[in-house]
Amino acid sequence: MSKTYERREFLADLVKFPCATLLLGVSGPIKALASAGNEYQASEHNYAMGVQIEKCIGCGKCVEACKIENDVPMEPYYFRTWVERYIIYTDGEVSVDSPNGGINGFPPVESDKDILRTFFVPKLCNHCENPPCVQVCPVGATFKSQDGVVLVDDDYCIGCRYCIQACPYGARFLDPRTHTAGKCTFCYHRITEGLLPACVEICPTQARIFGELDKLSTPLNRMMRQSNIQVLKAHMNTEPKVFYSDLDGEVR
Amino acid sequence: MNPAHQAQLEAALQQVTGFIYPNEAELHWSILVVIYPYITGLVAGAFILASLEKVFKVKDLQPTYRLALLTALAFVFVAPIPLQAHLGHPERAFEIFLTPNPSSAMAMFGFVYAWYLMVVLLLEIWFEFREDMVRWRQQSRGLKKLFYWLISLGSRDVSPGAVAFDHKAVYAITILGIPSAFLLHGYVGFIFGSVKANPFWSSVLMPIVFLFSAIVSGISLVLILYYITTLLRRKTLDQKCLNALAAFLFYALIIDLSLESLDFIHRLYESEESIEILAELIFSKLFISLAIVQILLGTIGPLLLLAFALFTGLPNELKRLAFFIAAIFVQVGIFSTRWNVVIGGQLFSKSFRGLTAYKLELGGQEGLLTALGLLILPFIILYVLLKLFPPWDDARTDTKPTEG
Ligand code: SF4
Ligand code: SF4
Repeated sequence: MSKTYERREFLADLVKFPCATLLLGVSGPIKALASAGNEYQASEHNYAMGVQIEKCIGCGKCVEACKIENDVPMEPYYFRTWVERYIIYTDGEVSVDSPNGGINGFPPVESDKDILRTFFVPKLCNHCENPPCVQVCPVGATFKSQDGVVLVDDDYCIGCRYCIQACPYGARFLDPRTHTAGKCTFCYHRITEGLLPACVEICPTQARIFGELDKLSTPLNRMMRQSNIQVLKAHMNTEPKVFYSDLDGEVR
Repeated sequence: MNPAHQAQLEAALQQVTGFIYPNEAELHWSILVVIYPYITGLVAGAFILASLEKVFKVKDLQPTYRLALLTALAFVFVAPIPLQAHLGHPERAFEIFLTPNPSSAMAMFGFVYAWYLMVVLLLEIWFEFREDMVRWRQQSRGLKKLFYWLISLGSRDVSPGAVAFDHKAVYAITILGIPSAFLLHGYVGFIFGSVKANPFWSSVLMPIVFLFSAIVSGISLVLILYYITTLLRRKTLDQKCLNALAAFLFYALIIDLSLESLDFIHRLYESEESIEILAELIFSKLFISLAIVQILLGTIGPLLLLAFALFTGLPNELKRLAFFIAAIFVQVGIFSTRWNVVIGGQLFSKSFRGLTAYKLELGGQEGLLTALGLLILPFIILYVLLKLFPPWDDARTDTKPTEG
């Protein structure tokens, strides 16, 4: 929306200052300039994601959508996003699984023990405000974009894998085809066009909410105002920008 | 996609116990990254041993001074190869020099390495051998003459004044070299110790533990090399020198063991979130390589053997043998130390809920054969260096008295 606003403002300025319009002369350059104002401005955004644990049903559609949208290798060792299932028994035992990243959903629970509670936790790169992966990359191939998205430059990555070691969340892998680091980009090619990340778009229960962190009247901010918000491994001081509502203390 | 690699990942996934993050099936730093700190440790250790003789005037060590320098040089040439070989894009490695990320510990490798190799080792060796190179040139002919002429950069002056200057230069470079050697290996420890995501690595003690294990490994390697080369040359071993080497090895081992114990007790006492999974790791996957090989065979065993040989009235011949055997065990122990840090540190999930597995392949770029090749290569280089620059006193020119 901000883009149309800019454009309108620009055109209004042209009306307000007719001399400038005259100076510009023919309409060609005006068109060019008007559409230049339409370009994506990274510095005007600060993206984040909200995940509502209580809404996730563990269907794994987001995992599948992500793999297809982003051409992630289908083998079960490479994930930009995945879903974990937590089963907490009455005796205190915790069991966690994520078969093939949860891409096909989850099998029934086998145990006869009494269950206290179960829930699903979708995970992805947290696009940390203070990202250790960016800190350690020797060549700066991993970087934080102005809109808060942590990205990898494939043409620059030397494949040293230091970033994979440094990420506390297991969010990265080495792409076996390019031999460079791979991870979630918040579907950068989509969000810069004003679309939603594939996982957000496909989620049947709207467990995932994507949006601007710094703008007040967004669904993301509404969720953050109305729920009890946690982030993963807060003690790492990575300042994650994937916010979970009602996250259980067992989740790591 | 490489099918063998995929099969390996599948096999690894079968061996997982508990829960790991789905992306953690692949172990990212393989045996090549084990070899890297092993080799740089030997470089730093050998150099520090050489410095003992120069700066702290430990005269007993004089027979090993030049040998230690050439050993450090032979190994430092090989040090970057495993790093380069394990990259996904080795051809882009130079980017580390062109556009280093100043906040990255790894980016500094190139600079630390270049500094150490160019400024410290090569310069010190050049000044140390300059006078001999001039004389070797005079005594040889043909290609060899040309070689010595090139390598001595055409210098001819062997007047007492020039030689005295050489000695001063060597002394000054050694003084610069000690902190540099500390930097070289302490820095390698920092690469691991600064990874806060990994509780097995993350420790301020890591660079210091690395450093002392480096000193231990360097001394033991030079002891082994001195022993073997002297026997091969059918010369007599200098007992005083061996005693000094063994004594330094003994004390360095004690410091090393104390530091490792401190680290262990500290972790146990703090008992952080990760303690359970680390305990499980140590008592299952790492039990043999850590408890048995690293601690029992690689540290306690050699300590007892050295103490016995040093402080009892053992006949010299047995003493020497005991030193030699202890040094061999120390090498095995240090290699498993590196293994336990690098591989061990990747065998548990960062969810702290499960363990993964590492299966060493035989062939391939990151296989056992490549690793063995990289471990043998420095000895081949050393052989050539010893031929070109014989470090023995008897190879030095007889026109001057031999002294360090
Ligand atoms: S979650 Fe991991 S990969 Fe993503 S920004 Fe944080 S440290 Fe980097
Ligand atoms: S693998 Fe690539 S992105 Fe990751 S630290 Fe190394 S060079 Fe940077």
